Amino acid sequence: MDFNIRGLLSQNLENVIAYPKETVQKWERNGSIKEYKRGLMMGKAIGLGYIPVSFTFGLVAVQMGFDPWVAVIISLTNLASTGQFAGIRLIGAGASAVELSMTTLIINLRYFLMSLSLTQKLHPNMPLYKRCIVAFGVTDEIFALSAMEGEDVIFSFYTGLMTLPIIGWTLGTVLGAFASYLLPTIVQVSMGVALYCMFIAIILPPAKHSHKVFYAILIASSISIALKYIPYLNIVSQNGGGWSIIISAILGAAICATFFKISRHEEKEQEEAV
Amino acid sequence: MITFSNAGFMILVMALTTYLIRVLPIAIFNKKLKNRWIQDFLYYIPFCVLAAMTFPDILFSTNSLASGIVATIVALLLSWKEKDLVVVALSAVFAAICTEYIVMTFFA
Repeated sequence: MDFNIRGLLSQNLENVIAYPKETVQKWERNGSIKEYKRGLMMGKAIGLGYIPVSFTFGLVAVQMGFDPWVAVIISLTNLASTGQFAGIRLIGAGASAVELSMTTLIINLRYFLMSLSLTQKLHPNMPLYKRCIVAFGVTDEIFALSAMEGEDVIFSFYTGLMTLPIIGWTLGTVLGAFASYLLPTIVQVSMGVALYCMFIAIILPPAKHSHKVFYAILIASSISIALKYIPYLNIVSQNGGGWSIIISAILGAAICATFFKISRHEEKEQEEAV
Repeated sequence: MITFSNAGFMILVMALTTYLIRVLPIAIFNKKLKNRWIQDFLYYIPFCVLAAMTFPDILFSTNSLASGIVATIVALLLSWKEKDLVVVALSAVFAAICTEYIVMTFFA
């Protein structure tokens, strides 16, 4: 059941005997099929939940003029809902690669924090290639579930957990991308608004419970609107508006971080909501 | 049409950026961030990015300003009531389609 990994690992662990026995036993199951299946079962709900969102992504991407298979490859290689929506919006508007990269970077910056937190829970001797596989599966939902695993995250459990979400995310995109051809024109021209409505649906519920988040949204939106309409300032809103988003977000978050400090307890609650 | 041949580089840039953000901490770092300001800044970032992307562009994302405004109002109301992401999006699109239909029938 456990392959030969147990023998291999115990050799490695002789060098690092400082870890508690239970932790070592858990790490020994890093290659276990049983752990993979347990992850698979837990990931089922995430995978199903991803389908409608990625369906909409496929739909919107094709409406914006993307080849359906390009949309599918973007889904498969990014596995990041918000970042992808922002990405296709920028590519569609003809933004530069630097703008695209910067926007993707700041939108997905939270994954950096999640990876950072996850890395404390991995086997210190886990080889680099396994770490690289685990890193690919860091999304809001997968991270949230793996965070409930306690102090140690097992490689085969984590890969099991990320399998169905990846399949669901890709499959939903395929369905959405090809369904898009079946829609009448009046539906097609109105579909573009769906993307922004989802953004609102992501940020507004947490804002209802935290006035700090509410101010953050208000400040960032105001800067974004100002950058679009105030003469001379509005040069940053050209070519897809990537720079406008970057400036508004960094300035907005910096203002909020300076004037509205977050207690750590508050952050934990909000993280689950986003 | 945006295809692999004319947007291949952009697709690669996007995929690489997303992956590097995830893989760098796992592959390199071993310590937690201690600075409170940076922690707060990173906490606010997703909200600010999404807000900046949505406003004011949501108003001009359909064929007419009227349907953009109606869709925005529907999305704000349903989101405030904490409806599901997909429900919010589909309801707002439906509202936009109805407005678009009214505009095309009576004002065009």
